[in-house]
Amino acid sequence: MKNTGWKILTVVLLGYTVMGGMLFEVPRLNIVNETIRALYFHVPMWFGMVVLFLISMINAIQYLRNPSMERDIRSVEYATTGLVFGVLGIITGMIWANYTWGSPWHGDPKQNGAAIALLVYLAYFILRGSVENEETKARLSAVYNIFAFAAMVPLIFIIPRLTSSMHPGSGGNPGFNMYDLDSKMRMVFYPAVIGWILLGIWIASNRIKIRELEEKILSVEHENK
Amino acid sequence: MILILLKKEITLELRRKSVISGLGLYLLSIVFIIYLTFSMGLNQITPLVWSALFWITVLFTSINTIAKSFIGEKKGKDIYLFSIVHPETVIVSKIIYNFLLSSLLALTGVLLFVLFIKNPLADFSLFIATIPLTAFGFSASLTMLSGIAAKANNSNILMAVLSFPIIISLLLLSIRITKNCIDGLERSASFDELVTLIAINALVSAVSFLLFPYIWRS
Repeated sequence: MKNTGWKILTVVLLGYTVMGGMLFEVPRLNIVNETIRALYFHVPMWFGMVVLFLISMINAIQYLRNPSMERDIRSVEYATTGLVFGVLGIITGMIWANYTWGSPWHGDPKQNGAAIALLVYLAYFILRGSVENEETKARLSAVYNIFAFAAMVPLIFIIPRLTSSMHPGSGGNPGFNMYDLDSKMRMVFYPAVIGWILLGIWIASNRIKIRELEEKILSVEHENK
Repeated sequence: MILILLKKEITLELRRKSVISGLGLYLLSIVFIIYLTFSMGLNQITPLVWSALFWITVLFTSINTIAKSFIGEKKGKDIYLFSIVHPETVIVSKIIYNFLLSSLLALTGVLLFVLFIKNPLADFSLFIATIPLTAFGFSASLTMLSGIAAKANNSNILMAVLSFPIIISLLLLSIRITKNCIDGLERSASFDELVTLIAINALVSAVSFLLFPYIWRS
C-alpha cells in the first residue's frame, strides 16, 4: 500500500484528540465549564466542512475546464462528505447549546447561517437528482457548486460577524481569543483540526474509489451484454 | 450588442402586455391579502413585521419575474441566439433587463405598501436607495439560476429550491438596513451592511458572468 503515512497520522491524531480532549485539564470558565471540550469536536467539524466543500468546488472548476467523469465523481463525493461534517457540526453544536444556552436551537446568527449553508448543498443534490442526462447533470451541478460556494462565503464568514451573537468567540463572549492564552488547549485543538480534516478526505477518497469501481463494473457488464 | 438584446427584451415585454400586467396584479393581490389578513390595518403591523412582509413580497415577486427569463423560452430561440452572439452578451442583457423590471416592481411594491398599510420609515431615501441594490443582487443571481433550472426537469420547483438559500444572505442584509431606516438611525449605522451588500452583488454578478457560458453550451 502506498501513501499510508497520512492515514496512520490521521488515526494517531484522532486517538490523541479523543484521549487528550477528554482527559487533559481545561480552564474553568463561567457557564461553559467542562463543555469547553466541545471545542475539540465541534469546531473542527466546520473546518472540515469548509475544506471539503472547497475541494469539491476546485474539482467542479476543473471539471468545467476539462470535463471528465472522474472529476464529477470527486466533486460529488467531497460535497457529500462535507455535508455529513456540516450535519455533525450542527448536531454537536446543538448538544453543546442545550447545556450552555438552555435549548438546542437558539436562533443564533451562526446557527442560522450554518443551517442555510446546509440547505444550499441539499439543493445541490436535488439539482443532481432532477437532471437525467449524465453530462448535463455533471455540468449544471458543477456550475451550481461554484455558485453555492461563492454564496456560502458571506453567509458563514461575513454576516455572523456583523451581528452580535452568543456564540463563543464573538461579542465579548469567552472564545477563541481566550484559549490563545492557554497553550494547553491549543496543543489538542490544532492536532484535532488536522486530524478531522484528514479523516474527511480519507472518507471521501474511499467513497470515490467505490464509485469508480461501480462505474467500472457497470461498463464491463454493459460490454458483455 | 448588449443594448440591442436589451431593447429586444423590452420591446417583447411591451408587446405582450399580459405578462407585465399579470406581475403587477400579482403584487397588488399579495399586498391586498396582507392588508386583509392583518385585520384591515388596525395598527396590527409593527414596523419589523412591515419590513419582513415587504421583503418577502419583493422576494416572491422577483423570483416569479426572473424565473421566466429562461424557463418557458422556446427551444429554437436559444439555438438562434447561440449562433449569433456570445453567451456573455446574453447574460448581461438579461441581468440588466431583470434588474430594471424587478426594481420597477419593488418600487411599485413600496408605493402599494405605503398606500394600503402604512409608512413606518423614518429614513425614506436610504430605503429607496437599498431597493435597486437588492434588486440588482436578485437579478444577477436569479437570472443565472433560472438558466440552470431551465435545463432540468420540473424547473419551477427547482428554481425556488435553488434560489432561496442563495438569496437569503442578500435578504438578511436588506432587512437589517430597512430596520435601521425604520428606527431612523444615522446613515453611518448602515454603512457596514451597505458595503457588504455591494460586495455580495459584485461577487454574485462576477460568478454569474463567468459561469453562464458553461450552462449555455448544451
